[in-house]
Amino acid sequence: MKRTAALRAVALGAAVAMIATACSSGSGSDDATEGAGESTTLTWWHNSNTGAGKDYYDQLADEFEGDHPGVTVEVSALAHEDMLTKLDAAFQTGDQPDVFMERGGGELKAHVEAGLVKDISDSAADTISAIGGSVAGWQAEGQTYALPFSLGVVGFWYNKQIFADAGITEAPTTMDDLYAAIDTLKAAGIEPISVGAGDKWPAAHYWYYFALRQCSQEVLTDAVQTLDFSDDCWVRAGTSLEELVAKEPFNTGFLATVAQTGPASASGLLATGKVAMELAGHWEPGVMQGLTDDGQGLGENTGWFAFPEVAGGEGDPKAQLGGGDAWACSNDAPDVCVDFLEFMLSNDVQKGFAELDMGLPTLPSATAFVSAPELAQLLAVRNEAPYIQLYFDTAFGESIGGAMNDAIANVFGGVGSAQDVVDATVAAAESA
Amino acid sequence: MNPGATDQATAWSVASGPRGRGASSNQWRKRLEITFFVAPALLLFAIFVIVPVLQAGRYSVFNWNGLGPLDNFVGLQNYVQALGDEIFQRAVRNNLTIAFFSIAIQLPIGIMVALLLNRKFRGQTAMRVIVFVPYVLAEVVAGVVWVLILQPNGPLDAVLDTLGLGFIGQVWLGDPSVALWTVMGVLTWKYSGLAIVLLLAGLQGVPEELHEAASIDGATWWQVQRKITIPLLGPTIRTWIFLSLIGSLQLFDMVWILTKGGPVNATVTMATYLINQGTDRQQYGYASAVAILLFCISFILAILYQTLFLNRDAGVDKPRRKKVTR
Repeated sequence: MKRTAALRAVALGAAVAMIATACSSGSGSDDATEGAGESTTLTWWHNSNTGAGKDYYDQLADEFEGDHPGVTVEVSALAHEDMLTKLDAAFQTGDQPDVFMERGGGELKAHVEAGLVKDISDSAADTISAIGGSVAGWQAEGQTYALPFSLGVVGFWYNKQIFADAGITEAPTTMDDLYAAIDTLKAAGIEPISVGAGDKWPAAHYWYYFALRQCSQEVLTDAVQTLDFSDDCWVRAGTSLEELVAKEPFNTGFLATVAQTGPASASGLLATGKVAMELAGHWEPGVMQGLTDDGQGLGENTGWFAFPEVAGGEGDPKAQLGGGDAWACSNDAPDVCVDFLEFMLSNDVQKGFAELDMGLPTLPSATAFVSAPELAQLLAVRNEAPYIQLYFDTAFGESIGGAMNDAIANVFGGVGSAQDVVDATVAAAESA
Repeated sequence: MNPGATDQATAWSVASGPRGRGASSNQWRKRLEITFFVAPALLLFAIFVIVPVLQAGRYSVFNWNGLGPLDNFVGLQNYVQALGDEIFQRAVRNNLTIAFFSIAIQLPIGIMVALLLNRKFRGQTAMRVIVFVPYVLAEVVAGVVWVLILQPNGPLDAVLDTLGLGFIGQVWLGDPSVALWTVMGVLTWKYSGLAIVLLLAGLQGVPEELHEAASIDGATWWQVQRKITIPLLGPTIRTWIFLSLIGSLQLFDMVWILTKGGPVNATVTMATYLINQGTDRQQYGYASAVAILLFCISFILAILYQTLFLNRDAGVDKPRRKKVTR
């Protein structure tokens, strides 16, 4: 067997960390060039690295340079995963770009605590109030650190054709409806739901949603702040999940199914008509398009319905689980960086963003321009939601969220209980 | 202590003694030469191996998320947590299981195929290449191909169905009770080639005369292999076991591609645990502690194996080699 790769693994954690200390004092040269009239460079990393999205962002950078003489915007368009990896390393060395993507929650909190992100509460106050409530996920201790430009919600994507063929005429709105649909589909010889439990987070979304339905908003908000999971609604969330898993609605081998890569992934199974539905975020149509030969995904058979109501839950049935992306400035970025963020969240820019279906715009005035019908439907649900709970793994941060996701995946695998999920989360919260 | 080394030491001192100054300047030149050639490698080794290991040791006693200064000293708590963690224990068990079965399965396969391929027949070279191909294939490529083959209702199940063996069909990678054995199968496919090639090389060192002498004495082919070839392959076998053992303990890439250590931790290894629970969760202090544990476990087993088995070879090897060269 292989020696060298494994030796590398031994040193891996250490090597990354070593680089971190070696360079941690090397940043901070950017803020020297703030004066008016001098030339300033803004570095900007984004993940729209293909097609119209990339062109749009390049065009925006040019536009901003035109409006701000002396400012150069240095754009790096990276593939999503590459960007995350590079950002992680950059944060450790304190050498992050001036403008970068923040996903909010615990991740942002860690960056704030380490003094890496600029507080824009006052400098971008107008834009913050224009965006409204969506900004909440990017606030810490009452201060705002990033401007969300896309915010989506998770729900069931389904194949209209398969539903119709099986005789299901209405999208489920309660868990009983969903269970009935599952039975009908199974009777018709179709695997009802695909889930990428191999990647864990797609499985975890079920538990998140059950928690959202079982727990009141106060309990949820409180838990994110204080990490208090003593309310019994958290265990009930797991019980609801156990009930669903016991119906065996998932694709064969779902424990090893990945979320989005390849035709055998959860998205691939839905896109190729092998299953009837999948719980996923607003990104799903785009992912499915990439997984089919004709680039259409499910095309006109794409349907969407919100996560059903759970009988006896204390949560608002219209509350949604979601998350999004925001632009943030590095703490040592020049002041013009905040102007750039505001420019990115300006009406025109968000409108163009919506028209290209690059995401779900956060600026209320721009939401009307989303063209894909199922995205527009999802957007309506999002806008009606009394509140949107940020994915728990993001909200709690990787160390707690990861333990939580593992425990949830165990429930899917039949080796963990509803109580175990709460216990594992509490244990991780205590040691974090 | 092996006799060869002592001989050499005496030879050195005798040689350098009476010749005086000329010899010592010669020695200095030799040392300089050695330094010149070794220093760059040593420097790289220090930067990329020694320093990271030491750094890992330092990080492992802190609770640290990779951001900001190291200021939350926790002593040995990370180690205690790892050693008490069920999943880590499972990872260690899995690593040992993989090590055991790698050796138990691949060694007989390796010896048998090497013996077969060592006999002269048409297409011998082609067969050797074919057998070695899996080992040469990039790990990621091979892994991804296997993932596709092993999908539920995928190519493997289809082949089994066609052969009327559909009842063997499993959810190969998605069933916690099957996944580890599936991984074991892929590892066997991937790494048997190495055992075969090493043993084939070892077979070239077995003198032809011994075979002839034995056959003149009326030994059958099997007897020749059992009494002569395999004992003489001893050093090669012991070296291969060492490589296989260390490789199994540090196994990462194939498992990561096939299962990421899942389903529900059924195939977790120490290295996937380290990445999954440590770096992916940005618990760099904890990850470092796990890395150090992995390092220690591998190191201890390596030293044990070295002293128990490999040292013997050093002693056995030398005189034999001398005879051959003479």
